[in-house]
Amino acid sequence: MAAAPKSNDVKTEARPLEAAAIAKDVLFTAILAFIILGPILGLKTFAISGSLALEQRWGLVAVFAAIAAAGRLAYHLLVWQKPQARPSKAASASFLPAISFGKYLVPVVLILAIALPFLPGVDRRVVDLAILILTYIMLGWGLNIVVGLAGLLDLGYVAFYAVGAYAYALLATIYLPAWFGDGIVPWAFFITLPIAGILAALWGVILGFPVLRLRGDYLAIVTLAFGEIVRVILINWSDFTGGPAGIGGIPRPSFFGLPFTDGEGGFAAFFGLDFKPIHRIIFLYYVILVLALLTNFVTMRLRRLPVGRAWEALREDEIACRSLGINTTSTKLTAFAIGAMFAGFAGSFFATRQGFVSPESFVFLESFIILAVVVLGGLGSQIGVVIAAIVIIGAFEVFRELNFLKAVMPAGFDPVQYRMLAVGAALVLIMRWKPRGFVTRREPSVVLKEKKAISTDLVAEGHG
Amino acid sequence: MAASGQDALLRVEHLSMRFGGLTAIGDLSFTAARNDITAIIGPNGAGKTTVFNCLTGFYKPTEGSVILTHEDGKQFLLERMDDFRISQQAKVARTFQNIRLFAGMTVLENLMVAQHNTLMRASGFTVTGIFNSPTYARANREAIEFSEHWLEKAGLVDRADDAAGELPYGDQRRLEIARAMCTKPVLLCLDEPAAGLNPRESEDLNGLLLNIRNEQKIAILLIEHDMSVVMGISDHIVVLDYGVKISDGSPAEIRSDPAVIRAYLGVEDEEEAEVVVERAVAAVAKKPAGKKVAAKKPPARKKGGRK
Repeated sequence: MAAAPKSNDVKTEARPLEAAAIAKDVLFTAILAFIILGPILGLKTFAISGSLALEQRWGLVAVFAAIAAAGRLAYHLLVWQKPQARPSKAASASFLPAISFGKYLVPVVLILAIALPFLPGVDRRVVDLAILILTYIMLGWGLNIVVGLAGLLDLGYVAFYAVGAYAYALLATIYLPAWFGDGIVPWAFFITLPIAGILAALWGVILGFPVLRLRGDYLAIVTLAFGEIVRVILINWSDFTGGPAGIGGIPRPSFFGLPFTDGEGGFAAFFGLDFKPIHRIIFLYYVILVLALLTNFVTMRLRRLPVGRAWEALREDEIACRSLGINTTSTKLTAFAIGAMFAGFAGSFFATRQGFVSPESFVFLESFIILAVVVLGGLGSQIGVVIAAIVIIGAFEVFRELNFLKAVMPAGFDPVQYRMLAVGAALVLIMRWKPRGFVTRREPSVVLKEKKAISTDLVAEGHG
Repeated sequence: MAASGQDALLRVEHLSMRFGGLTAIGDLSFTAARNDITAIIGPNGAGKTTVFNCLTGFYKPTEGSVILTHEDGKQFLLERMDDFRISQQAKVARTFQNIRLFAGMTVLENLMVAQHNTLMRASGFTVTGIFNSPTYARANREAIEFSEHWLEKAGLVDRADDAAGELPYGDQRRLEIARAMCTKPVLLCLDEPAAGLNPRESEDLNGLLLNIRNEQKIAILLIEHDMSVVMGISDHIVVLDYGVKISDGSPAEIRSDPAVIRAYLGVEDEEEAEVVVERAVAAVAKKPAGKKVAAKKPPARKKGGRK
């Protein structure tokens, strides 16, 4: 009994490393960084008169190795030197304000989102970025149904996005004008949106059937293959899809029939405003905002319905589900279909925003980014998806703006080229410290007396 | 007592289950009467859980039939039904040897999931439910009340909003039974409900099971090693060994059946067997609660368990 507190003392009293040991550790870090970064940064190939030549940039490698060493040293001096207090009551107490802060977070973010296009200093680029982020939020929320709630790992989600985009592109450019005349074109987006959603949902069911019996890794591989099949079909079925050249000249959305054009009959003239190209961008922003909020509303509502609870139960334990009389086949198919439907809506929006679709836009990387948004946000968490989409998509874009780095770094350094590396590293680091994503609390869907958040450590990740 | 054919809730006839060359159950027939607690006992690997998996549709039996008759005379051939339909239509609920709760969901949510089919209909298969139609709102309220009723019976009301995975082991066992009861079954199949419980918890469990039988008028089929539970509450016991029925009768009959003792203790010598029988009978007779009299597998038994 007496020995127990003593051993505790030894644990809490962190032993600061000796100066020599620190120096050794820092040197080791520098060498390791040099070795790892050597091939990545140190050697650059470039084409010179038809053949490849090698440029050596050991100075750059040394700079990065020095940064790594300095970081290690800072860690030694600032973090590891302090005796590490166990996360105890103090830590949980400091978490409490975070909860009440979280209560205000949602309305504040919502108001900001609604007011965004009219905030001072917000120009076209910012609204464009916001549209991009909102598209990923919507896709993330859609995939969250499949991966986060039902626990079915889907690596081919972009296929449904593609179905939605091509459905709009083909209907709006060819079929609707052919069937109903050109007068329909300004309305094409609103007519096609539900059709695109239904078609994507149908494809969700088509994918769902063969993979019903698969779980985990096998499910992931088949969905990955499905995504590629759809993309390859889009490339090769040239007569129908336009092949690698894609489909251009897709009608831009109109303000419920009023086109965003200068002059008579346009949106600006109708409302007595000066014509500005940004009007269309702002309208697109609100369209995607409404679509995303609709996705969120429907998902939140479904969670409180038996079908949503069945999805979560399926993620927790499929055999128990069947023993309780839940038809797991239809439960899985509805998850695939509803998730796919939202991807179809988002795809339709993508097509009208770009005015051009091609198979290039629906590569595996897109599926990966959407999945990363869901996983990073915390499986099943709606607000987590928002945070993760802003972090990931924002990080991609921020790297385009870091021109000041050019002044600091050696000549020829272009931050844009490092963005994939940096985002990848950030993902690894975030997963190292927050392995269950940003939001690690699950809200119960029904409460008897007192609402208690559930730690996601207890929540199963689903096995397919 | 073994029920006569007419009154039987469940009739298992010539049930066989073979996995490749291995016969897990061989030509098993027994009946379970309405409002009875029927126990299936047997040494490890005797095929008890396989019987359960055949009854609840998780395995399709190689031969034989399993007939369930509702009080209104409606018959179900369980061996031909999908697992989820057995729970949905034939109203057979089950629990699992290694507890299968939805650990990341709250206790109340676990019970709500069990009422999935009722709520699904009330929500118009989600179409009207998404607009929170009055029908669904009322069904949802009733489902919560029904869950609360079973939480009270299982003594878990205070833990209703905690994650099921956070509950202590004994509570999880009771929650799994409560969850099975929320499907409103006519037959409740319990796979080792007392495994890992202490004597006190196992006493509570006996109370809960007797209450289910006496007040709810629901038949129970029970696999159990804990003889204090088996002998204490069952009306009828079926003994399996190597997938074959070796004895069938009331607890008193089973207690004195030499074949049963031989199967459990693996004694081949007749004289020695008699000594062991006497000792075992004495032990069961004055059993202190929770003693696992017969669950121990003696070294004389030749073959290892199979699951």
